[in-house]
Amino acid sequence: MTDRAKSYTLHVGIVVLLAVLFFVLPAYHVGNLARIMVLAVYAIGYNLLFGYTGLLSLGHALFFAAGMYGFGMSIHLWGTPTALALVLGGLSGLVVAGIVGFLALRTRDVAFMIVTLMFAQAGYLTILYFGPTTRGDEGFVVSDAGRTLFGLDLSDEATRYWAALVLLATALLGTAALVKSRLGRALIAVRENEERAQMLGYDTTRLKYIAVVLSGTLSAVAGAAYAILFGYVGGTFATVQYSIFPLLWVLLGGAGTTIGPLIGVIFMFYLIDISSGFTDAYMFIAGVALLILCLFAPQGIAGEIRRRGLKWLP
Amino acid sequence: MSNRVSKSTITRRTALKTLAGSTGAGLLLPGLAGGAFAQESGPIKLGFQVHRTGIGSAYGRWYERVATAAIARINDMGGINGRQVEMIAEDDGTDPRRGAEVVERFANLHNVDAVFGPLFSHVVIGAAPRAGELKMPYFVVSEGHHVASGALNRYTLQPGITDVKSQVISMAPYVAENVGKKVTMIFPDFAFGHDHRDFFTDAIAAQGGEVIQQIAVPPTETTFTRYFPSIPRETEVVYHVMVGPGVLTFVREMGEFFGGQGPALFGFIDSLEAVDIASPGLEFLEDSYFWEGMPRYAQPDQTPHEAAYRAAVGVDENGASIDDPRDVSTYAHMFGVWETLAVMKAGMEAAGYQGPDDRQSLIEAVEAMSDMPLSDDHPQGDKVFNGRTHQVFGKQSISRVQDGKLVRVHQTSIEDTLYEDEVDYTAQSF
Repeated sequence: MTDRAKSYTLHVGIVVLLAVLFFVLPAYHVGNLARIMVLAVYAIGYNLLFGYTGLLSLGHALFFAAGMYGFGMSIHLWGTPTALALVLGGLSGLVVAGIVGFLALRTRDVAFMIVTLMFAQAGYLTILYFGPTTRGDEGFVVSDAGRTLFGLDLSDEATRYWAALVLLATALLGTAALVKSRLGRALIAVRENEERAQMLGYDTTRLKYIAVVLSGTLSAVAGAAYAILFGYVGGTFATVQYSIFPLLWVLLGGAGTTIGPLIGVIFMFYLIDISSGFTDAYMFIAGVALLILCLFAPQGIAGEIRRRGLKWLP
Repeated sequence: MSNRVSKSTITRRTALKTLAGSTGAGLLLPGLAGGAFAQESGPIKLGFQVHRTGIGSAYGRWYERVATAAIARINDMGGINGRQVEMIAEDDGTDPRRGAEVVERFANLHNVDAVFGPLFSHVVIGAAPRAGELKMPYFVVSEGHHVASGALNRYTLQPGITDVKSQVISMAPYVAENVGKKVTMIFPDFAFGHDHRDFFTDAIAAQGGEVIQQIAVPPTETTFTRYFPSIPRETEVVYHVMVGPGVLTFVREMGEFFGGQGPALFGFIDSLEAVDIASPGLEFLEDSYFWEGMPRYAQPDQTPHEAAYRAAVGVDENGASIDDPRDVSTYAHMFGVWETLAVMKAGMEAAGYQGPDDRQSLIEAVEAMSDMPLSDDHPQGDKVFNGRTHQVFGKQSISRVQDGKLVRVHQTSIEDTLYEDEVDYTAQSF
């Protein structure tokens, strides 16, 4: 079996496994998995920039929130049809990522982290500043009509699960295809050695810009999906905490691997969920787990699997 | 023989597999295991969504103490419908996403009968849709106007504490008549503060007063000195409300700015909840006014019902923990937990509640409630519940700092707190 066939089998297998789990797991875990799949899409978006292009952003909550508010505000203020609102959510992320990328890519390394962090903070404060319209930190509930897409009630447990799975499958398979494409390889080249990529004739600034826009848009789609599937839009999702989360998920799961983000979200979600049943210091446990992983598996779970044997893992 | 069989069939590998499998199943399927025992014969399970960590932790700590005391009292009285009550508490980190996840844990993992307890508005609004989807009665103790505004759903009720809108509009007549008519407002620049800004601005105008300056303070602010020079010279009253970990800094810096001079002060006790009013630097608060949902300091006319409540939740006559006088309570708000649990008990008894199939009946039973007179169940005072808006209304107190203690100088009527209905949840389907 070729590496490409193995990769295809792995990704399709994961999607099939998630589909089977719907019929096997108790309701509680089905609900959790729906949430995990949407957050994994966010992590996949982040991984495109951090894992594959080597740009560490501390401001991705801005893109997630752009999608969430692009969708939510168009429903809330203008009663936009749900499908169009979803498109507007994605477009919001694309536009915001386009602007942020244009400005932030004038910097690099630590400065890039700081600039993205500042943009995200500005975005959060903008949401608060226009509180009478956005309802600020308090947020608002998405109407029932806004959660109905093509006649499907996305607040229904089963529909929500399948919608989340379709979204995750698209993001997962799309990323798997992307990283094997000419563009994906060029992005990895930038990550590995930007000067060498430049010397080989690649316009690395353009490549990084494409990565920011793709990553931001996918994060925004996850934000819009979160709003429609879970019915809430709020400023909390624009805070720095939600910029740190995807970084942790990707680090835990394995940066620069297609399945790493999903593994990272599952690991972190259940680490907190299970440990919170035993102690209030569940974030301490999450921190310790992160430290252990960083010390003993610095490439994350999927990265470690790739290092130890599955060299073909994309 | 049997020894031989076990030797030949149970290897180290299979034992480990079995152990791993059973551990995994235990972690994965506790909901199934619990479900088998949950129904109708065991205790009634109430999920307590608590802010143990995050920005709401000071409130959460006291909310949990009150909830524990209230559940103990209910059980001492024979429980609900002859069944003991078990409280299952889960920390939501004062985060809306975690709040929704906690509601899900209550519904599908712990199989609780109802959920109660969240305070912070963004957590309530973030979690209420999930409660509605799960058809889980969700009794919030939030103060927010979001319940009565119609933003939530039929499964979300607030029967134990009044909302910001009713509190604010009932303050305006007293402020205009006794404190001053030219008001400068200082409030946190997010939704809770905006509710104060909007409702009070209209209410004071209706009393012939005027808000001459509105000063919004970003929630990320750690020092407040630069905001005070914006207070206009002609200000007669500074209306202040602040929440979160910066409240003590806010109040102290306000004192440093005014230095005992300046306009009269009218604040919401939120600016001082869980803070000792005798803290150094707060002397300037002498003679200033505060709204209180329930007076922190035991008043001379304290009712026996309040005295019993105060003792049950372990609070002394100064509003601090009996065990540690430095541990000041969130007394103005936390009675809401006590009264919410009393309403839940009354609702379950009225509905003949037996199990999750009766959740709709529980909602309808609470919606049918109206008068809730002063009693051990309602130690804060008389209440009127509006079943259409799912919101309770009650008397509010205005206290004045005298000799370093809060002394009640005015109590509103319930009628002062009423406003037009903005929603009829009973018209919504289940």
